[in-house]
Amino acid sequence: MERFIFLTFDGLSRGAVYAAFALALVLIWRAARVVNFAQGAMAVVTAYAAYMVSDAVGSYLVGFLVALVGGLLLGALVERGLMRFVGHANPLNDVIVALGLVLLLTAVVGIIFGGEFRAANQPFDTSAIEVGGVPLMSRYDLFIWGTVATIVVLLALLFTRTAVGLRMRAAAFAPEVSRLLGVNVGRMLTLGWALAAVVGAVAGVLILPTELGLHPHAMDIVFASSFAAAIVGGLDSPVGAVVGGIIVGLILSYVSGYLGAALTPVAVLAVLLAVLLLRPGGIFSGVRARTV
Amino acid sequence: MTAVLEVDNLNAGYGVVPVLQDVNLTVAAGTITAVLGANGAGKTTLLRTITGLVRPTGGRILFSGADLRAVKVEQLVRRGIAHVPEGRGVVAELTVDENLRLGGLWRKDKADAKKATAEVYELFEPLARRRAHLGHQLSGGERQMLALGRALVARPTLLLLDEPSLGLAPKVTAQIMALLKRLRDDTGLTVLLVEQNVRGALSIADRGVVMSLGRIVMSAGADELLADDGLRHAYLGF
Repeated sequence: MERFIFLTFDGLSRGAVYAAFALALVLIWRAARVVNFAQGAMAVVTAYAAYMVSDAVGSYLVGFLVALVGGLLLGALVERGLMRFVGHANPLNDVIVALGLVLLLTAVVGIIFGGEFRAANQPFDTSAIEVGGVPLMSRYDLFIWGTVATIVVLLALLFTRTAVGLRMRAAAFAPEVSRLLGVNVGRMLTLGWALAAVVGAVAGVLILPTELGLHPHAMDIVFASSFAAAIVGGLDSPVGAVVGGIIVGLILSYVSGYLGAALTPVAVLAVLLAVLLLRPGGIFSGVRARTV
Repeated sequence: MTAVLEVDNLNAGYGVVPVLQDVNLTVAAGTITAVLGANGAGKTTLLRTITGLVRPTGGRILFSGADLRAVKVEQLVRRGIAHVPEGRGVVAELTVDENLRLGGLWRKDKADAKKATAEVYELFEPLARRRAHLGHQLSGGERQMLALGRALVARPTLLLLDEPSLGLAPKVTAQIMALLKRLRDDTGLTVLLVEQNVRGALSIADRGVVMSLGRIVMSAGADELLADDGLRHAYLGF
């Protein structure tokens, strides 16, 4: 039972990061109908930037802020400099360009920083706090939960309470009508990519201390798990991304804890396959807007 | 009367397929001009070209004397042009309130945008009762009210309306036509109305233009068009 409780808390922490990553995927999907397969590679770039800066100045917080700003700039750059020029008539075009970007970013990071694992900085202890003799969660887990919860709340406020959030939603759902109503749809798209990249960057920085460390391919499995989370929840649903992230985090934690860590990639694929077969639109796909 | 909109020798199309051919049109301030014609005549393309959704291949579009061809689509509403597209253009995933807010988001005068929204709720009572409902939960008539109301929040000088009666019950269509007439008479709004409901459109219009195969084949006063039996039979189908 103790083990189960420990694995549950561990799964919730991992799930929170997957949720943030899945949220980044959902943000771009809703804004541009593109699955950003480069999200993981982009998070690697910002994580390296954060690592370099925090190592140089000796402050985790400064590195964290660099990841945020770096994500914002990288997301905007990828949209303005690359994705905007991709013909969206065939969805495969976006996928191929995104995969090309993965190869490019991974190669550039590998050339600059080499292929060895680097220990990622962490602001808090990762050893579990025991409650009644049962190890539950670490201070770092609490930091992860707090950060992801803050992101979710801020995004919810942005989209439901602000003019720019309303513009972003309108531009995503009805770009032509939005233009007629004075919304600069291109700018909203750039902002959507930038915001998604920030969320992805934060997720990347958060998960590194719990993994093997920083490496050009550090986000490969994380991205696969988060992609599964987004599919589980439904690519169109921000709430689904959060729930999907938690579900995938828990499943992977139990598989890793009871069956061995080597099986987690298989478990990710099994979850993905099961959802695609049973409910292709994801858990939250039941409520669909009719076209007017 | 002052011309609000002047279209000179306008040509436009989709790819290599030409649709509009040498279209000339003048819309006077404070009037309703009905654009009539069969399916495929080019009526919708005319509106979409005026607002820049379709790029013209030749000719000029002047709004209050200024050439619109270099103006971005998203800037038009700031200049006083509101376009309610075919199919109504309600954002189905947003609530009634959010759709209306969207109509006035660009406005600097927030107090007036709020006032205009309140006026729309007064004008269309069913919307006031369904503020929190999503666009896709509304009936066809309510969606048309919402699209029209959202355009009015911008307090436009020129309203371009594409098939407002499409799929609506005759009673609702009559209400919308009556409202357009009232807006013209009370506020001086200029309306360019694309309609297949010829009788309804001409009953409130000052002028009518008849399009066929991308060209304007007739332009006259609404009464004159209604009285011309030959024209009605040839182009308007009644």
